Amino acid sequence: MIGPVVQCVDATKRFGEVMAIDRVSFVLAPGEILSVLGPSGCGKTTLLRTIAGFETLERGEIRIQERLVSSPAVHVPPERRQVGMVFQDYSLFPHLTVVQNVRFGLERLSRQDRQHRVAEVLDLARLMGLEDRYPHELSGGQQQRVALARTLAPRPVTVLLDEPFSNVDATMRAEMRLEVEQILRENQVTTVLVTHNREEAFAIADRIAVMRDGALDQIDTPEVLFNAPSTRFVARMTGISDFLPGRAGSDGRVLTELGDLPYRAGDSEIAAGSAVDLLVHADDFQVLVDPYGRSAVAAREFRGDEVLLAVRVPSGDTIRCRQHHGSTLPTGTNVTLVPTRVEPFLAFAREVSSDE
Amino acid sequence: MLWLPATLIALAMVAPLAYLVIRGAGASEETWSLLFRARTAELLWRSVVLMATVTTVSVALGVPLAWLTVRSDIPLRRFWSVVAVLPLVVPSYVGALVVVSALGPTGLLRDILDGPLGVQRLPEIYGLSGTTLTLALLNYPLVLLIVKGALNGLDPALGDSARSLGVSPAVAVLRVTLPQLKPAIASGSLLVALYTLSDFGAVSLLGYETFTWAIYQQYQTSFDRSVASSLSLVLVAVAATVLVLEARSRGRARYYRTGPGAARPPAVVPLGRWRWPAVALCAAVGLAAVAGPVAVLGYWVGQGIAAGEREMLLWGELWNSVLISGAAALVTAACSVPIAALAVRYPSPISQLVERLSFTGYALPGVVVALSLVFVGVNVVRPVYQTGWMLLFAYVVLFLPVALGATRSAMMQASPGLEEAARGLGRTPLQTLLTVIVPQMRSGMLVGVALVFLVAIKELPATLILGPLGFQTLATAVWSASSEAFYARASAPALMLVLVSSIPMAALVWRGERLRA
Repeated sequence: MIGPVVQCVDATKRFGEVMAIDRVSFVLAPGEILSVLGPSGCGKTTLLRTIAGFETLERGEIRIQERLVSSPAVHVPPERRQVGMVFQDYSLFPHLTVVQNVRFGLERLSRQDRQHRVAEVLDLARLMGLEDRYPHELSGGQQQRVALARTLAPRPVTVLLDEPFSNVDATMRAEMRLEVEQILRENQVTTVLVTHNREEAFAIADRIAVMRDGALDQIDTPEVLFNAPSTRFVARMTGISDFLPGRAGSDGRVLTELGDLPYRAGDSEIAAGSAVDLLVHADDFQVLVDPYGRSAVAAREFRGDEVLLAVRVPSGDTIRCRQHHGSTLPTGTNVTLVPTRVEPFLAFAREVSSDE
Repeated sequence: MLWLPATLIALAMVAPLAYLVIRGAGASEETWSLLFRARTAELLWRSVVLMATVTTVSVALGVPLAWLTVRSDIPLRRFWSVVAVLPLVVPSYVGALVVVSALGPTGLLRDILDGPLGVQRLPEIYGLSGTTLTLALLNYPLVLLIVKGALNGLDPALGDSARSLGVSPAVAVLRVTLPQLKPAIASGSLLVALYTLSDFGAVSLLGYETFTWAIYQQYQTSFDRSVASSLSLVLVAVAATVLVLEARSRGRARYYRTGPGAARPPAVVPLGRWRWPAVALCAAVGLAAVAGPVAVLGYWVGQGIAAGEREMLLWGELWNSVLISGAAALVTAACSVPIAALAVRYPSPISQLVERLSFTGYALPGVVVALSLVFVGVNVVRPVYQTGWMLLFAYVVLFLPVALGATRSAMMQASPGLEEAARGLGRTPLQTLLTVIVPQMRSGMLVGVALVFLVAIKELPATLILGPLGFQTLATAVWSASSEAFYARASAPALMLVLVSSIPMAALVWRGERLRA
């Protein structure tokens, strides 16, 4: 039985007054790909840098293959952790060719082993033929594959990817994501990938950790995160989420301006009679044209494969609804929203002074 | 609009060199045979050796000091980073004066040691070692400044990458940081090497005979000036070789970040137990190159006053220095505008050529420019010969590259996008120039003006050769008094020179620190 590859327990790090990472705990199994999803500045990169050993830990501990590498008392330097990191801008050494870059971390191998490993890694990253190019002579995708090859070459225990696709234009992103995922899966690389892009996290990860202000709100599979977010923040990060205010009844239903809707409790117990917000996803309501409807289309966004309508409900809130790409409802159309969701809606207690 | 002035200026910059070449081509057999004597080879060898030693020592001082003041947690980092560039205000001949008057056979140190200790002999300061030390201590900031710029622009993630690939911090510096700094070290070395080749004051006072010294001697003593001009051509050829070698050293590798995205600010490296040795290094250099010289000059001025020497304050010379250097700074900066504008806004092979030609003075030692202008003055433009205009022109030829560098980078910052935005908002081209471009370039242009003022006020050989009769500047006053070993009389203008140079220097340092903050 192989133990966990990375273990974080209560990892905490402050920059002055700012909590960069706040009691972060998770366990990473061999071959698993974990995405850390959060807005910029939430501490994702600091978490990676702490695991890699570029930042020290104030509280808690980090173990790699059960060896303690970071704690307030222990700090194993990055070069002795066997953790590979692919930096956001790849950080290829501009004065070295592709081969020299890939060979950089293999100095300790014998000449023969080194050549063998370099060839192997170049092959798996499909870089054959580019050996003698300098980084600036490569395309963005090629640069990224070199960075990945260089990181994989010394056979690290785990690989950390910092916003790997943020520098790639949108048209290339899906393709590169597939390539990278394929390389990681084929080699069963245990990976932590940091991103602020929901699609990216969902596409590549076995599990997703949602991070807010340095702390992990929830860590689970993409499906669970989407269907059962533990906080409003997670709901916002993982889907097109709106909140519909209402009052909980005693019969498992919430009275809202769009009708009497079934609910189950989200982040805390819901007392009958208390004010709640229901989490509404973009496909929870059907939009019906209705000249006497009390809601109206406030804005429409054509997204190619679908149309996203923002519908203003009587109270002035907006609920976003996904439509077939052939939908031609113009803004201003009066409509009625009809619930189509089979399962109960997730209800979050209304907090008085919350920003959420 | 731009082409005419830019081309005219560029051609004017090449004129002295062109004239020398024409003269050299027309030189008699006799002259050429004079040139191929053992003596010439010896001068060549001595010049090249000095260039190599000064450059090596400058790199050895400049690179560690740059790293310490940018990346380390050395105590008083800002203070040291200012101190480290201050040697630039001390002209080489003042440095030599200090060395001779403090450490020489009739100098201060011997006076001190002779009394109680009876020490009669001190280590020899004349010749290669003394000259090397003097020039390196005063010129290493050229390496330091460029390396500092490179260090600031260096992506710290590269060092992190190296470490996550299993390489220790010290090895990461060797395998990643130093190779990244190579082009900066090379261009810093180029500046030092070219300066050393052109230095006249220090080599003359410290008795190390190089090309510049020989050319000046020839010019002074012989009526046949074609020997001097042939020697000059050899000197220019050496400078050109150095330039080519530096350009060759670049190759295909790139030395800056390839990826897009914002770099993290560089991490500060803790020095640990190397803290105090590092402070000691900074302090030693600061003492030897700045505090020491000022103290020695102060001492001699005090001696002079005690001995009843009058006219210690040379107001006339001060005024001449400030006037001619100020004029040179303004004219040079103005000349740099059309050339930089052409090169930045209308890049083409021809505008590039115009820019390259304007850099001619970069490789021309002051002695050479002065000499060729003497020929031009005597033979072609008699009326301006031995007037301030001729000297002013020499300064422009010599220092246009300095101003061009500053103006060019100022112009690169004034992005064409902003110009277009202003036009789009209804401003005319002229209004755009005045309200958008000039305000953006002002601060960069001032850097150019300050730099030219700084180098012009220190300039010696061209000032000696081209200055109008009776036109004394602080530089020539220091020169004439120290070549006759009147230390007290030389020290007063030397001290004034250092103080006046400190004004533009302070402005530059203040601006640099403000930009960093």
